[in-house]
Amino acid sequence: MSVGEIRVAINSDQDIVSARQKGRVMATELGFSSGDATLIATAISELARNIVSYASKGQITLKVVNGLNRQGISVIASDDGPGITDIRQALRDGYSTSGSLGLGLPGVRRLMDEFEISSQPGQGTTVTVKKWRQ
Amino acid sequence: MEVPILKQGAVLIATFQAALSDADLNQLRMGLVQQVVKFRSRAVIVDVTAMDVMDSFASRTLREIAHMIRLRGAETVIVGIQPEVAFAMVQLGLTLEGVATALDLEEGLAYLNEKFKTTN
Repeated sequence: MSVGEIRVAINSDQDIVSARQKGRVMATELGFSSGDATLIATAISELARNIVSYASKGQITLKVVNGLNRQGISVIASDDGPGITDIRQALRDGYSTSGSLGLGLPGVRRLMDEFEISSQPGQGTTVTVKKWRQ
Repeated sequence: MEVPILKQGAVLIATFQAALSDADLNQLRMGLVQQVVKFRSRAVIVDVTAMDVMDSFASRTLREIAHMIRLRGAETVIVGIQPEVAFAMVQLGLTLEGVATALDLEEGLAYLNEKFKTTN
């Protein structure tokens, strides 16, 4: 069986590719369908990109999570960047402060089953998302 | 990462790989437009069959490529978006509005042939 936890340091756009590739491998090893592995890899790509765009560096942690009768994957994207002042606004479609598409967070929320965000101005941001195997 | 660009008559065919970084995509955007100018190409086919993830940056870059090439008076067709990738794009809210798409390279070439026929 695979390793239960993988950490990927996110310092550049190249790390975005590496994080999403590792996520896909982990999801596939856990028995996720290829379609779900694509959703997970895409979510990782968006979360890692937010780190590079807003905080310059941070990390993505991929974890196997066990529910009552199910197994899933958890993706934790954390950084010590400037943080988000208005989380509610950041979760609205079309909102962006870095000139990007601004679809990142609401889109990631739709790709995954569970979504949690904690952030304070000056304290960095942690986004945790989960997807359960069907 | 090198993206092979093939010249086939008036059409340029760029084949994207799976692991393109943002820097690769940016480089490709400039490279493609320069080649369109150099070869006086009338169309570009971007083959994304191998791309297993199309996130917001990649789709924005594709849209920008298509718009830049349009400004040069040429046409862009994106071919080979995989069903799973299409599903993820829709979930993410990404669109390629105003950009022609086709099932695969063959369909893309057929689309362009038809288009050139009617405009000539």
